[in-house]
Amino acid sequence: MLDNQSNHTPIAVGDGAAIPHKSDAGLFTAWRIAFFGSIVLCLFLAFGRPDQYMAIFKFVPDGILITFKVTLGAIVLAIVFGLIAGLGRISSNRFINGTASLYVEVIRGIPLLVQLFYIYYALGRFIKIPDMLSAIIAMAFCYGAYMAEIFRAGIQSIPKGQMEAALSLGMSRRQAMHQVILPQAFKVVLPPIGNEFIALLKDSSLVSILAVSDLLRRGREYASETFNYFETYTVIALIYLIMTLFFSKLISIMEERLNEGR
Amino acid sequence: MKDASRPMIEVCGVSKFYGSFQALADISFTVSDGEKVVIIGPSGSGKSTILRSINCLETIDRGSISVGGMDVSSPKTDICKVREEVGMVFQSFNLFPHKTVLENLTLAQTVVRKRSKKDAEEIAMELLRKVNIVEKAAAYPAKLSGGQQQRVAIARSLAMNPKAILFDEPTSALDPEMIGEVLDVMKTLAQEGMTMVVVTHEMGFAREVSDRVIFMDHGRIVEEGTPEHFFTAPTHERAKLFLSQIL
Repeated sequence: MLDNQSNHTPIAVGDGAAIPHKSDAGLFTAWRIAFFGSIVLCLFLAFGRPDQYMAIFKFVPDGILITFKVTLGAIVLAIVFGLIAGLGRISSNRFINGTASLYVEVIRGIPLLVQLFYIYYALGRFIKIPDMLSAIIAMAFCYGAYMAEIFRAGIQSIPKGQMEAALSLGMSRRQAMHQVILPQAFKVVLPPIGNEFIALLKDSSLVSILAVSDLLRRGREYASETFNYFETYTVIALIYLIMTLFFSKLISIMEERLNEGR
Repeated sequence: MKDASRPMIEVCGVSKFYGSFQALADISFTVSDGEKVVIIGPSGSGKSTILRSINCLETIDRGSISVGGMDVSSPKTDICKVREEVGMVFQSFNLFPHKTVLENLTLAQTVVRKRSKKDAEEIAMELLRKVNIVEKAAAYPAKLSGGQQQRVAIARSLAMNPKAILFDEPTSALDPEMIGEVLDVMKTLAQEGMTMVVVTHEMGFAREVSDRVIFMDHGRIVEEGTPEHFFTAPTHERAKLFLSQIL
């Protein structure tokens, strides 16, 4: 049977946090130990050693909110950039294709931290926008390049016959892309996008160098006042760990639901 | 411009190259309104390529193809308009897996033909009744057998009210017991006077249904004639050899 419609080729995922799978019992157990372990540790520190730790737990939540804002803003914008650049990468128009490829190659060749500095100060030189927005744009611009490759691979993983069937029904390429290819590609790219989201959540700590009061920066502020560096960064690390583990589990549940859908 | 005196499909001196390999060599044939033409030949003979050229899924390097008076090979022609008028049924069905059977039939009707959802669904249900699969309207293609999927694919192409339908080996991916149900649908269409160009290995179908058989080998038309002529007294050695192996 030539029926290869329902089983899309899974595309290789990058270096984000591992998304736990139901079948992956070892990883699942590791997830459980890490997640509940870090929560228990947090509770122990807050209530068992309140004089050292309670103040930290009270000081940093503002930063958690900023970290979420930066991450969510950047992922949404990165998906937009990525979709545009990804479509550009498969365009037969040489100019569009060239521009999109150049974007991907240049961005992927420069460290994220350097880009953050560069875009932040470059933007600040020409237009006056809030620090956080500028940080979000910088993050999204970078992640958009990685996202573009995910979208390109996702679109190309849809069998050629799908486009041909749509075209032979009289649809234009644009209609076929919109109605037939992208809805299928979306399902394929969801797991790697989930991975990017978790990687972005972690990398958002880099914006703390750009005068954005995210979780890490709040920690630095607290530590530089009290000199409790060890205690502060223990708490910061635990909070990041709980957040990434929580989201990786959430994404794996979402993925399962999606696969059950059909 | 529609020209009534011209045949429905007119293929004139078509050649195609993949690098230095010549896939099609000076192919010419016509299909008139209501005619059923079957193209047969060994694999790699170019039969699928010429079929796919008719609705421009393949480009051609020389010659011209016109469909319903529209010149397919001219860059000025809106190729979507040609494809609206010519249905295509693929070997691998190519149903849209993220849409239900009903949505597979209504999608192009609403997007391309601009029919209302209600009209499109009425037409779709009518056609599903015709291909005898109405009970699967709400199912997703993955839940259907190959034969059922192919019948849905035929209904999907009929929903656009095409003037002609191209069949690219429609039964080659099917389990033997499912071939009959698909051929039955195709025979019904033939009886209703649909213009059909069929690439197939089903010699029984070719013999029973077709008005004309075209035999291709190495990108050329080797023999062309009525099924009686072709199956009983082929003139060319290559055709004789092919028939002796396949029958």
